[in-house]
Amino acid sequence: MTTPATRSVVIEKELPHPPEKVWRALTQGPLIKEWMMENDFQPVVGHRFSFRSKPMPNWNGVIDSEVLIVEPNKKLSYSWGSLGLESVVVWTLVATKSGTLLRMEQSGFRPDQESNYQGANYGWRKFIGGLERVVAGLP
Amino acid sequence: MQTEPTMAFKALADPTRRAIFERLSRDGEQTVWMLTDKSGVSQPAVSKHLGVLKHAGLVRARHRGRQTHYTAQPRALAPLVDWMSYYSRFWHDRLERLEDLLKRMDQ
Repeated sequence: MTTPATRSVVIEKELPHPPEKVWRALTQGPLIKEWMMENDFQPVVGHRFSFRSKPMPNWNGVIDSEVLIVEPNKKLSYSWGSLGLESVVVWTLVATKSGTLLRMEQSGFRPDQESNYQGANYGWRKFIGGLERVVAGLP
Repeated sequence: MQTEPTMAFKALADPTRRAIFERLSRDGEQTVWMLTDKSGVSQPAVSKHLGVLKHAGLVRARHRGRQTHYTAQPRALAPLVDWMSYYSRFWHDRLERLEDLLKRMDQ
């Protein structure tokens, strides 16, 4: 199996702006739209919403999400479901002398709809770990 | 989002198909009957799943006598693993836009 780290995307950025301001950009719909996508986000735990980008062949451009964590100016998390793959995005804001250290981690994959096949559960998480190894071993 | 990964994504979005694909990857070539055995899924259902996997290029069918033998085609997974690199690029791009927005925003 691969380590969890290989199944996530992590980006950190030092921003010369206070956490309160960064938080607004991350949580106010019209602002989110400016740097990310059309959305009906609300900073309320349990709120279901979607990000919408331009549809493409074989993809409707919709990302289905649910707000998971809202800790104003500190932490924000939502699920990120697209094309049958469910992942989780976590934003962490840490105040620094010069502004904010912003960290984005998208990690997958939450075990989704489970089904029994030979008595075993095959969630994406387990599957992805195995397939990365398979692909890494390709000649 | 590129279009190539979509077929593999969709084909493997179903847990039973993932299990079938994983079994073929692990145990090598199998017939429908071998895959159906002990699976708790009917033979027509397994055949249908194999059809979807085949369409997505994830398995290859080889006819031998009256039996069809299926093998996994792990190369078809490459686009799926590209998910990681896709989102890495995606977030780098979006965070640059976020930085631009922050510059334009009032305190």
